[in-house]
Amino acid sequence: MSAHSVTAGAVSRSLEGKRVDIAGYVFTGILLASLLFTLALLAILVGDQLQRGLPVLTERGTEFVTSPLSSRPDRAGVMQGIVGSAALAVIVSILAFPVGILTAVYLEEYAPANRLTRFIDVNIRNLAGVPSVVYGLLGLAMFVSLFQVLGVGNGRNLLSGGLTLAVLILPLVIITSAEAIRAVPSTIREAGYGIGASRWQVVRTLILPSAAPGILTGTVLALSRALGETAPLILAGAVLGSFSTGGSLADLFGGPYTALPIIVFDWARKPQDEFRALTSAAILVLLAVTILANAIAIYLRSRFDRRW
Amino acid sequence: MPATILPPDRIRENGSATILARPEPPFVTTDVRPASDDAAIPASHVAPVVRLDEVHFYYGSFRAVKDVTIHIPTHRITALIGPSGCGKSTLLRTINRMNDLIPNTRIEGSIRFHDEDLYAAYVDPVEVRRRIGMVFQKPNPFPKSIYDNVAFGPRLMGFKGDLDGLVESSLRRAALWDDVRDKLKQSGLSLSGGQQQRLCIARAIATEPEVILMDEPCSALDPRATLQIEELMAQLKENYTIVIVTHNMQQAARASDRTVFMNMAEDRAGYVVEQDDTVTIFTNPSHQMTEDYVSGRFG
Repeated sequence: MSAHSVTAGAVSRSLEGKRVDIAGYVFTGILLASLLFTLALLAILVGDQLQRGLPVLTERGTEFVTSPLSSRPDRAGVMQGIVGSAALAVIVSILAFPVGILTAVYLEEYAPANRLTRFIDVNIRNLAGVPSVVYGLLGLAMFVSLFQVLGVGNGRNLLSGGLTLAVLILPLVIITSAEAIRAVPSTIREAGYGIGASRWQVVRTLILPSAAPGILTGTVLALSRALGETAPLILAGAVLGSFSTGGSLADLFGGPYTALPIIVFDWARKPQDEFRALTSAAILVLLAVTILANAIAIYLRSRFDRRW
Repeated sequence: MPATILPPDRIRENGSATILARPEPPFVTTDVRPASDDAAIPASHVAPVVRLDEVHFYYGSFRAVKDVTIHIPTHRITALIGPSGCGKSTLLRTINRMNDLIPNTRIEGSIRFHDEDLYAAYVDPVEVRRRIGMVFQKPNPFPKSIYDNVAFGPRLMGFKGDLDGLVESSLRRAALWDDVRDKLKQSGLSLSGGQQQRLCIARAIATEPEVILMDEPCSALDPRATLQIEELMAQLKENYTIVIVTHNMQQAARASDRTVFMNMAEDRAGYVVEQDDTVTIFTNPSHQMTEDYVSGRFG
């Protein structure tokens, strides 16, 4: 009996933790600190903007959202920015999503695995890292000039802006879609081919539906990025300052345009102090639009997930 | 030919009367004899449905399989056995041109299916895979409902007819119908491993193939599910020709009619050491290497 308890004691002693894992604790602490730092930065930013901008929104309510631009702070609103940003989002979605997703499908499923494909792949990644202002110059040189030649106003219209943003996020759309397609297990592909499906059938019925949630997330994140871009739009002809819109569709796409980030940029530079609060209010609207876009993406993604 | 060449389980299945009634086996191996559905006729005396002749297969410059000649008997189970890396799976995948999907591969020699060269220029690999189905090592049902998994192939082929009936008969043939009849709308991934593999078999036979290739179909399954698959194979061979790659020698001995033993040469190319009726391979092999392998001395 006593011998047994001695043995038991020895076992429990040997199982006892003797060592304090200092490095482990430090590492966990660093991880946590990084997280808290990021969250704190975000909270300070949003809190600051809320503090400045919320009074404007509560005071003027929907009138701020529905009023056009104006040089008078008490009248100025962001309606044209919302319309412009929404129109840009539509143009970018129509142009960049299909081209980007199809390019990704080609690169992942059709392109021969050779040096040229790898070269293209690497360079698409490089394109994603090119500063957005460079895309703005591209938009100015190509799209604005193109529409000038075509005689669509002075060329500085929503279409040039939308094309510029579409080209800007195209690499992002391609990369995220390609990653989503690559994440489809190869067993699914094999099963499809093994059953006598053609490549097109495998892509359409198995790979695209499997990759859809990932593709959707990536494309909407890219769209959010496009919605927040300022520099390329300034170069591609967005209007700084106020202008009047005729309201017809031709005016919307052929005439002058602006977007929410442009308004933020413009108001932030204005000398009148009243515009400080308006800037923050416009930032809040921009944040709300972006969050809305992301929420739609998450909703769509969960719907797709349920189907499988 | 003495009755002892029949695998022991076959004798039990058929009873001695069948064996006595077995026609005189024609000893010349030619292809003019009709395929017989009489299970008592040994595999070596059945006309082949697929013939591999002097097949070499290359991954880039590496030769993975060399000089393989195998004639696969109709409505029999042919097992490919051999140590890891000897090219069994590669060889299996040449039969329905799955290896076409791997870049930089090359095949020499001929693989014929009913006298048609499967690698002729005019042959569509997609059509080949519809006639020669495949079941993979890891059960890989699509993330779709059980019904849609089975209906997948027929739908792709533009099947017009009683799809419900086809799904039911395929599931019945795969011995899965009773397990899933009330939950056809549930995801195929909700099934157990063994059920998933039977679902994959149902999916493969829904396109009415003549040959089913099985690449280690039981390696991810527990012993009970493995036995179920083996019983299923015994039923399926009445209608289909089965080629199975297996690491499990007992499985080859239990379930197959003909066994092909492969090994790796010094240059790591796989080649056929010996092929014969399964009972011969396991009781009276002609090569020492075969005997060593089937008795578990290497591999």
